[in-house]
Amino acid sequence: MWETFGFEFVNFYLIPGLVLGCIYALGAIGITLTFSILRFANFAHGEVMMIGAYLTWTAMILSDSLFGSSLHPLLAAIPAVVIAIALFILVDRYFYKPFRAASTIRVVMASFGMMLVIRSFVQAVWGPNQLTFVPGIAKPNELVKNLTLSMDMMILVPNKHFWIIAGTLIIMLALSWLLTKTKIGKGMRAVSDSPELAKVSGIDVEVIVKATWCVGGFCAVAAGVFLAMDLQMLETTMGFRMLLPMFAAAILGGIGRPFGAVVGGLVIGLAEELSVYPWFGNGSLISPGYKTGVAFTIMVIMLVVRPSGLFKGRLF
Amino acid sequence: MSDLKALEIKDLHAGYGETEILKGINLSVKPAETVAIIGPNGAGKSTVVKSILGLLNVISGDILLNGKDIVGVAPDKAIKQGISYVPQTHNIFPNLTIIENLEMGAWTRSSGISERIDEMFQLFPDLKIKRNKVAGSLSGGQRQMVAMAKALMVDAKIMLLDEPTAGLSPKFQAQIFHTIKRINKNGVPILLVEQNAKQALEIADKGYVLVDGANKVEGSGQDLINDRNVARMFLGSK
Amino acid sequence: MDMLIGYSLYGISLLTVGGIYAILALGLNIQWGYAGLFNVGIAGFAAIGAYTFALMTTAPSSYHYGGLDLPLPLAIVCAMLLSGLIAFIIGLICIRLRSDYLAISTIGIAEIIKLFLKNETELTNGPRGINKIPRVWEHLTEERFYTKAPMSWFSDAEGWEKFFDALPIWWWQPFFCITILLIVFIIYHLLEKAQKSPWGRMMTAIRENENAAHAAGKDVTRRRIEAFVIGAMVMGLAGAILSQHLRLIDPTNTFDPSKMTFLVWVMLIAGGSGNNRGAIFGAFLVWVIWSASEIFINSGLHIFGEMISDVDISLLKTRAGYLRMVVIGLLLQYILQKYPDGIMPESRPVQTGEKFKKGRI
Repeated sequence: MWETFGFEFVNFYLIPGLVLGCIYALGAIGITLTFSILRFANFAHGEVMMIGAYLTWTAMILSDSLFGSSLHPLLAAIPAVVIAIALFILVDRYFYKPFRAASTIRVVMASFGMMLVIRSFVQAVWGPNQLTFVPGIAKPNELVKNLTLSMDMMILVPNKHFWIIAGTLIIMLALSWLLTKTKIGKGMRAVSDSPELAKVSGIDVEVIVKATWCVGGFCAVAAGVFLAMDLQMLETTMGFRMLLPMFAAAILGGIGRPFGAVVGGLVIGLAEELSVYPWFGNGSLISPGYKTGVAFTIMVIMLVVRPSGLFKGRLF
Repeated sequence: MSDLKALEIKDLHAGYGETEILKGINLSVKPAETVAIIGPNGAGKSTVVKSILGLLNVISGDILLNGKDIVGVAPDKAIKQGISYVPQTHNIFPNLTIIENLEMGAWTRSSGISERIDEMFQLFPDLKIKRNKVAGSLSGGQRQMVAMAKALMVDAKIMLLDEPTAGLSPKFQAQIFHTIKRINKNGVPILLVEQNAKQALEIADKGYVLVDGANKVEGSGQDLINDRNVARMFLGSK
Repeated sequence: MDMLIGYSLYGISLLTVGGIYAILALGLNIQWGYAGLFNVGIAGFAAIGAYTFALMTTAPSSYHYGGLDLPLPLAIVCAMLLSGLIAFIIGLICIRLRSDYLAISTIGIAEIIKLFLKNETELTNGPRGINKIPRVWEHLTEERFYTKAPMSWFSDAEGWEKFFDALPIWWWQPFFCITILLIVFIIYHLLEKAQKSPWGRMMTAIRENENAAHAAGKDVTRRRIEAFVIGAMVMGLAGAILSQHLRLIDPTNTFDPSKMTFLVWVMLIAGGSGNNRGAIFGAFLVWVIWSASEIFINSGLHIFGEMISDVDISLLKTRAGYLRMVVIGLLLQYILQKYPDGIMPESRPVQTGEKFKKGRI
């Protein structure tokens, strides 16, 4: 790959594509689980990512003023995860649960409304302007640079990207363990297959719902924090911007297939970044301003051609 | 000897919302019995089973499980009380393995799960070989066995089966009926809804014929097989 | 007297914007109430209408394509046609998708439209938007209009100038408002007529029992596309009028889906979904709540600021503005729950095309 494409391709397109893909993957996991277990497209998911990032930042600032040094984002994210999960569960109880038996439209509209409420809340409390998450320019990791130099390449990966990719891997492994080795994980897969059968098998569906929100909330906050780490700044539209690609990733992978969602996320992240690479001499495939349209296009193609996704998820 | 029936239904009126489908059903299942409900399509056979489980609206009447009224009890609570249910369709989790399906059937159990799984594998040896296969990849007959094994993971005070042989080959049909009889001999009372009237009546101690949401005929399995009217209505086309 | 005029003008502005939203709601009702289509891309169609109108009627400019100097009514028609055309293309691809997926697709389409408007800066002036959009009635006061036909038939430039100088500055507002209300009324009337026509009855049949209608030989997909396109045309119309009202539009803020799309949906549902009268009622009701709350909060803050002298009102105002949206958002959720059939439910016992999902918990 190095000989064919070289420095620019790997460092400025491939690796950023992977990182973006990881972020999309984590967000898509929450969406695919909500979609398959609770049976609706949760539009508020992006905003939970965003508020998770904001809460993490707040924890970092607080620890700085209280203890003199700022917590690492991953540690500061822990209280954010707790709050985000609590938020998800509360929102579910008061705004989504009333519509469980009703048609899709109402609960999707409710989630749309939550999108507005959460975003406005963040704008009211933290202000509508950009905030710096991590100051300074991220320098590439010296170890990797030197190692690859000795192999006649040069791969520049800032530490933050390591955290993101490693973090995503760890979360995926943990999720895999949860879903295949624990009772509640198997229960989640069972409800995803058939909620009615789960009910008449004696499975406590409300517990499963809460577990879904926990996993979804955790992944959402992780995605939000990773995004903030990558961009090194926060703004109130960051969640909404991710929403379409995350939905696209979930659909691409197949609704209800968390690992499909991960693959979908990676594909879309890579596709987005690689679509603006100058493949044929001077011009890229599409103009950079339309990068975000890539995810949408992939999604529509999937919906028309193979709605069950790559890994044969649920069809509604 | 106690007169307590495993299941007793008295004058049951039930349906979907305001629409009444069952118009005063009476039936009972004694502790060691296999009872079959047969009748034409739309007679309300499946509706009886769904009412027991609390899946639809009971307008009036009693449903007693071992003497205890269970009208209005939510499905997952009903399972906890010992009702074992095999639905007609969508009765397994297709993306879970056989053994995971059984584990899900045992959700309400706090102990004895692995012992019960072993018992099920003894009852259904075919499943033991394929225990880690995903349930959706099995044949129709094998899936039905998984559904039944899963339903038996609870300590069943009664087992309800909704058309268990629908769409199966004759070989599997015979196997299913045979297994049902075995389960009954192991001490589980059975309430069986069937389209396959003759074979159901052959293994049944008692049978009820339902037409248009009401009891039409009842009697022992053999009596109903020999009854000319019943024979004319159902047993001509197996 | 001034205060009376002030309050009246405020009332007129409420009716004006409420009317624009009523048109949006009626357009959505065609798609949702008649054909059961879950369109979350309302803002996109409004944007197409708005930009088409703006580009066709603004004066020549170096920032964007313009200077066509076309008559306003023609521009409005074009706005509707373009919205309809784009809806048609989208409909061909997406109309068969189920609710959730259709919702996601329509939101994606709105995003693509927004991207297009942002990126094609030569055409649209990109994120900075287009301003000085002529307003019907008020446009008469602009020199480039009264120096040409048909106005030039009645007087010369100087005569018109003097005439307009003599009028109060707000003279056009009532006319603008009444024009909009007239349009609302006309659309309502047409829709009510359509509902009773064979087309309308066929739509009702499809909505209530799709399988039966299909078996009876009705081309369900084509009817759905028709409803989608007509609804989009009405939304384009609303967008064109909105651009006149605002006089300045941009791709991101004017057509923010969390406000525009969400508001219109709440208006439709709160008013009585499937119901034209409910759509209009819901639009005005929700708009008054939305708008009046701003006034209350601002005047409240003003009083607060007067009492405590060293508080920075402007900062509080912006933050409070967001807080207001939180409150309104929650209020609207409450309305969604408490009035599932809307505040003015359908008089006929018709199911509004909502399909109860099998397999819900």
